[in-house]
Amino acid sequence: MTTPIVEMRGIVKSFGAVHALKGVDLHLMPGEILGLVGDNSAGKSTLMKVLTGAYHRDAGEVLVNGAPTHFRSPHESRDVGIEMIYQDFALCGNMDVGQNIFLGRWPKRYGLFVDRPRMYEEARKVLDRLKVDVNSVFQKVESLSGGRQQSVAIARAISFEPQVIVFDEPTANLSVMATERLLETMAELKRQGVAQIIISHRLTDIFEVGDRIMVLKRGENVGDRYIRHTSEKEVLELIVSGTRETALTADEALQQAA
Amino acid sequence: MSELSSLPRRPAETSDFANVGRAAWWQRGFFASQTAYVGLALVVVIVAMTLANPTFLSAGNVANVAKNFSFIAIATLGITLVIITGGIDLSVGAVMCLAAMVTSMTMQGLDQAGMALLPGLSMLLAVVAGLAAAAVVGLVNGVLIARVGLSPFVTTLGMLSIVRGLSYVVSNGRGSYPAGSDADLFYGLTSGDLFGIPAPFIYLVLLAGLMGFVLHHTAWGRYVFAVGGNEKAAELTGVPVARMKIAVYTLSALAAGFNGIVMSGWLGSAPANLADGYELNIIAAAVIGGANLAGGVGGPVGAVIGCVLIEVIRNGLVLANVNAYWQKALVGCIIILAVLVDKFRTRRAG
Ligand SMILES: Nc1ncnc2c1ncn2[C@@H]1O[C@H](COP(=O)(O)OP(=O)(O)OP(=O)(O)O)[C@@H](O)[C@H]1O
Ligand SMILES: [Mg+2]
Repeated sequence: MTTPIVEMRGIVKSFGAVHALKGVDLHLMPGEILGLVGDNSAGKSTLMKVLTGAYHRDAGEVLVNGAPTHFRSPHESRDVGIEMIYQDFALCGNMDVGQNIFLGRWPKRYGLFVDRPRMYEEARKVLDRLKVDVNSVFQKVESLSGGRQQSVAIARAISFEPQVIVFDEPTANLSVMATERLLETMAELKRQGVAQIIISHRLTDIFEVGDRIMVLKRGENVGDRYIRHTSEKEVLELIVSGTRETALTADEALQQAA
Repeated sequence: MSELSSLPRRPAETSDFANVGRAAWWQRGFFASQTAYVGLALVVVIVAMTLANPTFLSAGNVANVAKNFSFIAIATLGITLVIITGGIDLSVGAVMCLAAMVTSMTMQGLDQAGMALLPGLSMLLAVVAGLAAAAVVGLVNGVLIARVGLSPFVTTLGMLSIVRGLSYVVSNGRGSYPAGSDADLFYGLTSGDLFGIPAPFIYLVLLAGLMGFVLHHTAWGRYVFAVGGNEKAAELTGVPVARMKIAVYTLSALAAGFNGIVMSGWLGSAPANLADGYELNIIAAAVIGGANLAGGVGGPVGAVIGCVLIEVIRNGLVLANVNAYWQKALVGCIIILAVLVDKFRTRRAG
């Protein structure tokens, strides 16, 4: 059996009286696309922020390639190749597209001065690869629509060449066209061996590109299924009426069905 | 990453940004900013005042204006950095006083202790002491705000009171004055002329140029804008947000301190009420010049233009024999007018 690229065991996280995560398990295999679903405030975003180090877990383990990790900030998880596109956009509206794509890691000259021509050139290349028009590197991000901001955030994440990408509701603001393009990009990244987790309320999107789907409810695992062996109807049932007791791993569910 | 280029390429017209071009030169960058509009307004005001009273542009009056606005402009540069990060520093006026007082007391003290070994040495040490005192105040502001997480408004309001109180305590409420063998040198370098130009004005131009360069061409400068644009995003992408904040509050205090020291040279003393209430003029100048209190916008050109506009109007009112009490009311109107114009302009641009 291959080692999962990401494994989370018994993750617990509380915000004061709010128990956001009550012992959640998650694993992600190399090159796998995992859908993460659940009602609002089920704890999906919190679980992913624990993974990247944006939040610090109260208990539990996070293993990357089998090695235990203790990320104190997303900066540290980025160093091992984990990238997340946050639901609440992580862009600076007052700066232009080019600067946002290289936010915090601008190409430098003499280690001190920002190399602007190179920055815009590289940003243009990144956008070009994602089929985004090149004129836009000078556009201020706050003047872009929500969907376009999301495209920039995604371009930014992919430009780090990560091993694992977490998309937190990436299609919520995207047009049909842009959604199609994102799903295409995800499939292409998968072919390159990049493991991905996608949080979405649109099951159709997950069923189009995903390998496996995992359901969270009030901070607990309530189900895990292989996309090929489940239906949107079954997943909806899990979201609505799944319990921790009836939760099965995807493999268990497969065996039971057989 | 390179493999990504193998993705099927779509025709450009279906791409996400096809309808986004680069704005015309007069609609982007500096020309689209509040700073440019206020700069234009400044030119209009200067022309109008010259027409109304030709003495306005006389060499003597211009030098006078240049000197006067320099007295708050250096502190305005510093506070602009803080405002760009989305913070505020109400303690600048008090820090001006503290630095001036520490400087003149150190100068007196060193002289009485017979430490005036080399000409200029006691002045140098005194200025360093004054700036160090200012830096400590800024550092405390920064640490309380960035590490402890206190609100900038409350922290620096408290600091205003503490620092002003200390200035009264150490001088017994009387203040101090620069004295000793270096006093003449000190006066020359603060209120005199260098190469026929008022010294404070030279300091201002040098510092503003340096600030503009650093803000736009160094990673440090870009970090300042990133923190003000979206602090969370900056943090997530590895910008050292806390360190940046501590740095800008320290620089703001240093700029204010330096400004206070220069001002004491012009006044010939460092009274305990030096620069009392100046924080409001300084913030007003920054805001008029285009710094946005919500963070993410501002620069040295705007800071200087804001200071010049305030001083030109003050000076014009004096020349026109208008009651001096009107100045304050007028400055208030300009602040509101400046942000109002900006509001309408951005609404029109969408
Ligand atoms: N920073 C925080 N401070 C306090 N409570 C938080 C914080 N972040 C999350 N929570 C709480 O944790 C719970 C889980 O939130 P989370 O954002 O993980 O839900 P979600 O599954 O992503 O929901 P959605 O579908 O609405 O995005 C919620 O009750 C939320 O209020
Ligand atoms: Mg969420």
